[in-house]
Amino acid sequence: MPLRHWLARAEELPGSPAAARVVVDAADWHAAAQAVAATGGQLLSLWASGETATAGAASVRAALLHERGLLVLEHAPGGPDRRYPGLESIFPVATRLQRAAFDLSGMRADAPDQRPWLRHAAWPAHVHPLREPVVVTDPTAATADDYAFQGVEGDGVHEVPVGPVHAGIIEPGHFRFSVVGEKVLRLEARLGYVHKGIELRFQQLALAEGHRLAARVSGDSAVAYSWAYCQAVEGLARTAVPPRALWLRALCLELERVQNHLGDLGALGNDAGFAFGLAQFSRLKEELLRAMQSVFGQRYLLDAVVPGGMAADVGAAGAAALAGCLRRIASESVKLRNIYDEHAGVQDRFVGAGQVPPELARRLGLIGLAGRASGQDLDLRVDAPWPPYDALAPLKCGHRAGDVAARVAVRFDELQVSIRLAARVLEQLPAGAVHSALLAPPATAGEIGIGLIEGWRGPVMVALEPDARGGIARCHPHDPSWQNWPVLEHAILGNIVPDFPLINKSFNLSYSGHDL
Amino acid sequence: MLKTLRTIAAVGIVSEPPPADDPALRVREALPAKIREVLGRALCIRYVDAGSCNGCELEVHALNNPLYNIEGLGIRFVASPRHADLLLVSGPVSRHMAVALRRTFDAIPDPKLVVALGDCGCTGGIFGESYASCGRVANVIPVDVIVPGCPPSPVQMLQGILTAVAAMPAGRMAHGP
Repeated sequence: MPLRHWLARAEELPGSPAAARVVVDAADWHAAAQAVAATGGQLLSLWASGETATAGAASVRAALLHERGLLVLEHAPGGPDRRYPGLESIFPVATRLQRAAFDLSGMRADAPDQRPWLRHAAWPAHVHPLREPVVVTDPTAATADDYAFQGVEGDGVHEVPVGPVHAGIIEPGHFRFSVVGEKVLRLEARLGYVHKGIELRFQQLALAEGHRLAARVSGDSAVAYSWAYCQAVEGLARTAVPPRALWLRALCLELERVQNHLGDLGALGNDAGFAFGLAQFSRLKEELLRAMQSVFGQRYLLDAVVPGGMAADVGAAGAAALAGCLRRIASESVKLRNIYDEHAGVQDRFVGAGQVPPELARRLGLIGLAGRASGQDLDLRVDAPWPPYDALAPLKCGHRAGDVAARVAVRFDELQVSIRLAARVLEQLPAGAVHSALLAPPATAGEIGIGLIEGWRGPVMVALEPDARGGIARCHPHDPSWQNWPVLEHAILGNIVPDFPLINKSFNLSYSGHDL
Repeated sequence: MLKTLRTIAAVGIVSEPPPADDPALRVREALPAKIREVLGRALCIRYVDAGSCNGCELEVHALNNPLYNIEGLGIRFVASPRHADLLLVSGPVSRHMAVALRRTFDAIPDPKLVVALGDCGCTGGIFGESYASCGRVANVIPVDVIVPGCPPSPVQMLQGILTAVAAMPAGRMAHGP
């Protein structure tokens, strides 16, 4: 059956204007996923709810991105073991999502890879934290476990284990390189080190306070997550957000993008041996952070977006100062780009490193900024716009080379586009209130609110289910890093181990947003 | 090359001179003298993210920018715990990171200092203690100084590092070049 059949059957979901849901059986679960794949769509997220007193029967959900929005499939498998058909043959990213869903909720997919993913040694294999409580006698006693890495054998092949504690200032994760000489034959990542029980923590919060936790799913994407969460809550509560608040949220989201791109552009120069780049870009980033501090009272906007609108308004003086700061950054970045482009040493490291050709990117579902550098041009701000992006209509940036140089180029391009967008928002900011009171959400069992926002790294989704008492029955945040971590393992093939930090940085994926 | 040099010349040195009437900046002025006095050499820091949301990490990066210029103050981030004097830890300690954090702590030669960063490092923060989180850093390794904030600013982090150095018993870390 074609996709339009499934869309016709689907009911609209509160929250994101693009989201709809259809309840399916096991055969349709697979068929609908196939229909989305046939139109060039992809799997964004997959999560499960174990059978509990509050959440009702066990079910599994898949959020599929198609060209007009998001289709959420919901399936409650029958049978004694409650297995559901795996989607990994259609979407490779499903493998890790299904393993994580089993670790947390105890719903098993029919799939070849049944190794644990987010669970290490903190809780036993037969316990699933979202289904039954984990009994912790000594919280610090967890020891390292024995994970079955897929080895590479042969003459002269050896393994280089790296992490979880890395040499630089980055988040923890483990990388297992199989190398011959310096060339990488295989990389297998093991993540889950910063799993801190975010989904269970959500269930202890009230609907109206979950945005604070959402902002801390991945601190570098705080605006994207808190906006996505608020979009879901406001949809469930049928609360209209004042236009000024929506425009200010867009301003914050673009500032978050600019701030992260500045940081990455500096770090990428540094990883290519050009410390000048780090010094210059980190100086520009600090200038922006200080401007944000004076306008919003915070450097990283962790608590700027709240349910119903914004925590605070922006005054005329603050807006002018911010616009001036952005203009300086725009003109200095143009000069710095020129210096990067003309620097033979930097270009030698950037060009051809960590290549992901468009065809491979499509097959593996590479998404967001890294996807746009490999010919996958999805940008939700353009393709499934939510207010006020339907009015802002930003320019899409893209590249097809798929190497470090392309990911740098997309960042440089997006930096300018975002600065122009932010300047336009500051100029045309609608008057009025920045907050409206949240109406109490109607307590409908099984209702889901969806938040879907294009963060600086890629699409961020929050799926939120209220309980009858104004609390959270289930909340699943999704980071685009889920899509892109497995692709990094392909990008490094044939490159040398010393290029890994550069290639890794060019993706700059979130560990915290992935490990939850 | 010419453009690079021209930019360097045009930007100049942006590291901020500490004005006398700003107590937060006076921390920076006092820091190198204090460190020289107590350590007699540069302070080496090993940073471990034990489960943070990566917000604190962004501010640790900011310490290295030319405005805070932490290296100019005689403080350096090092790759190996064996080279470190001070362990800087962010996050609630996830249970999956507890072993790695303890091993990193053990690998740092004595005498050593530990500074816990952020509301999560100080109290467990919004994540608290759970099946997956040990909560505050002090639940896993001994901590000398805590720096609250979500995330704490680079200046607050510097303040915390100085406090840790000053808190060392006299002579414990005094060794000449």
